[in-house]
Amino acid sequence: MCQVEEDYQPKLQRPEEHSVSRKCVKCKEELAAVLIRAGDPYCRSCFRDYFTHKFRAMLGKTRLIFPGEKVLLAISGGPSSSAMLSQVQQGLSQSAQKKLRFLPAIVHIDEGGALGLSLVERQRLVSELQVIFRASGFNFYTIPLEQVLDLPSSVVNVAPPSFDQAPDSYKAAVDVDLQGAGRDPQQGGGVPEPRLDESQTRSLQQLLGSAATLTARAELLSTLRQHLLVHTARTRGYSKLLLGESCSRLAVRLLTCVSLGRGAHLAQDTGFSDCRFGDVTLVRPMREFSAKEIAVYNHMFGVPTVIIPTLDTKMPEKASIQRLSQSFVSRLQQDFPSTVSTIYRTSEKLQTAGGGCSAQDGRCLLCVCSVDTAAGKASALQARLISEQLCCQEPAGTVQVGPTPPAGQCCSATDGECGRPAGGAGCCSSHFRAPEKKELQKLLCYSCQLILRDMSSVAHLPQYIVAEAERRKRRSLMKDEISEFLLEEEGSS
Amino acid sequence: MPVSCSSCGEKRAALKRPKTGHSLCKECFFMAFEEEVHQTIVNASLFKSGESVAIAASGGKDSTVLAHVMKVLNERYNYGLELMLISVDEGITGYRDDSLETVKRNQQQYELPLKIVSYEELYGWTMDAIVKQVGLKNNCTFCGVFRRQALDRGALMLKVDKICTGHNADDVAETVLMNVLRGDIARLRRCTAISTASEGEGVVPRCKPLKYAYEKEIVLYAYFKKLDYFSTECIYSPNAYRGHARTFLKDLESIRPSSIIDIIHSGENLSVREGVKMPVQGTCSRCGYISSQALCKSCVLLEGLNRGLPKLGIGKHHRLHGKILSQQPLTEKEERKLKSVEF
Repeated sequence: MCQVEEDYQPKLQRPEEHSVSRKCVKCKEELAAVLIRAGDPYCRSCFRDYFTHKFRAMLGKTRLIFPGEKVLLAISGGPSSSAMLSQVQQGLSQSAQKKLRFLPAIVHIDEGGALGLSLVERQRLVSELQVIFRASGFNFYTIPLEQVLDLPSSVVNVAPPSFDQAPDSYKAAVDVDLQGAGRDPQQGGGVPEPRLDESQTRSLQQLLGSAATLTARAELLSTLRQHLLVHTARTRGYSKLLLGESCSRLAVRLLTCVSLGRGAHLAQDTGFSDCRFGDVTLVRPMREFSAKEIAVYNHMFGVPTVIIPTLDTKMPEKASIQRLSQSFVSRLQQDFPSTVSTIYRTSEKLQTAGGGCSAQDGRCLLCVCSVDTAAGKASALQARLISEQLCCQEPAGTVQVGPTPPAGQCCSATDGECGRPAGGAGCCSSHFRAPEKKELQKLLCYSCQLILRDMSSVAHLPQYIVAEAERRKRRSLMKDEISEFLLEEEGSS
Repeated sequence: MPVSCSSCGEKRAALKRPKTGHSLCKECFFMAFEEEVHQTIVNASLFKSGESVAIAASGGKDSTVLAHVMKVLNERYNYGLELMLISVDEGITGYRDDSLETVKRNQQQYELPLKIVSYEELYGWTMDAIVKQVGLKNNCTFCGVFRRQALDRGALMLKVDKICTGHNADDVAETVLMNVLRGDIARLRRCTAISTASEGEGVVPRCKPLKYAYEKEIVLYAYFKKLDYFSTECIYSPNAYRGHARTFLKDLESIRPSSIIDIIHSGENLSVREGVKMPVQGTCSRCGYISSQALCKSCVLLEGLNRGLPKLGIGKHHRLHGKILSQQPLTEKEERKLKSVEF
């Protein structure tokens, strides 16, 4: 009933058979150990084969990860990413034919500072994880989220991909790899982590605290985390980042994104591959596994997990949009068991409007997706702007906000316009200027504008975001000056 | 401490706008509300001067406010439209007969001509009779499909150029959510359009001038303007799937009031991948109405009702279209599948 073209199955109306002593549906010999969907009992080994096959098939079918490519696994310690890690470990130790051929490493972002965990608690969780990472034999990095405050502003820019990713070259690369078998075995060690600085933790907490609603805070946290992951991948030469989001999590994410106004970016937020950053591609290989399958797998085959709290742990249902969507989908799933898979299938049919992975200009400052705020003639955005205008006494643009630049600077104009392009130590020292909310709004996509709206002050934004905002503003001023002489639109800056 | 209106700054604020949170006095709120509907109409070029427009009136708050606002704006801005009311009688006792009285009162208040079409005269079935046959789970499908056709037939009888319905922002947002939950990609693409396509015979284009108006604001408007409307829910609605989307939307609105417009924005900016199968518009071979299959949905549903097979029309039935068209009897297995109904 909940699906549009649903076929009514008569067998659902028959009385339920005893599921205790049924045979496995695949091998038909062993006793079934787990019931995945309504009619599919599997025995242990068939279930393991099914799970492994699904994982390999996802990677192999899409031919996205090239042999010999350096791949970074983003492990949070939760069940999905731990299952992903275990699958990758297994996949690399198999016989040569079906072996996974990439070079993985692990990264873990320690978000304890954002959640207010004590230093002792954070170190305990990280050391538990490091035991698991060491056992895998891959290189691993544990990075505290505070590092995000020190990132360069290039992280929010799109960089061209580093090598040819055309589908034909995949086959050629596989052949080359099969022939040249000798590759240096990985040392498998941790990179010494940087010392935690108290003041950085405080700055991070201030930044997150300036977001008034939990919804905005959660979105901001995930944006910062994404920036840090991409930066780690970029600086250490990894071209792929594997995220461990399961089908259930992605269905909730889809509903959340629709509610937040991210309809234009749904394909990138929930799709298999996300190429918004250009050189680092985000891949979600656990996309087709439901949370139940992952939990059963972890339990049956002893996959170690470490549970780390997040921002909305133990929060009431209506605390944030993310939390509400999650409880809504779980509740609906009880009455209509195909809810999650239906939502997931919807996400497969979507794409990014206008071919997302192209132009450099017109990218959101925070989420690096294309900006969707071109208010069409009759659109929701237009309606919203009209409503705001009609309710205010005077147009908001006339009010002057923002400090004047300090004496001794070269920018004598009050809005800091400076025609000279940004150099390293340019004439406009951007870190003396607090950014204006209105200026930042122009550089953001619709949903990131909502996040900014919920923030009480933008003074705590990390340096790299402010610097990048300044750079883009200067560049657009330059472009306005010479717009009548430009012959065609440039693709990249 | 009295708050003053944020728009005129003089009078005391009488209400807080659900959409933006600003405090406004009554007059400024009326002005803002009407102006927004006017901007929607103008920006989307919904009407042309000299057209005759039928307002789909059910007696509920949306259509009452729509009728009032359309009349006001038609005079204030000289749209040059000829307005009239259409109402549909589904035959639900205790609900529809009461609301129809409200529509008749509206007709006298606004001095607009009124036409009532009923399911009984168009199809030979009232909703009460349908529910007796179909049960409480899938009856909304019947009502919705039949009403759409009824509106079109009524509009053709009146010979109008356009129909406008009172769908508000909450309705559109609920529809987007519902289509995501049901995986209906074709409808997902179309549901945020403010007006339907206008080609084809027997099809009157319809539009939603109140598309960006919040439901709460419509109620506020009707309350302060002392408009008269009928405010009960359809007695069969608690079991509808849409109810889930509605509770979710209400909760979202309490967390973040702009969510409703955000969802509409998401729906407008969705883009579907190429190669996804989409239905193609054609005509029904039996009644000539527009349809994407050989038989339009209402013909299939009617056939099911008349033959005593209530599930014909719910679920996949394309293979049976040929059989229905050629009047062949269905096999016993098929009949069994289509007959069983849970209450």
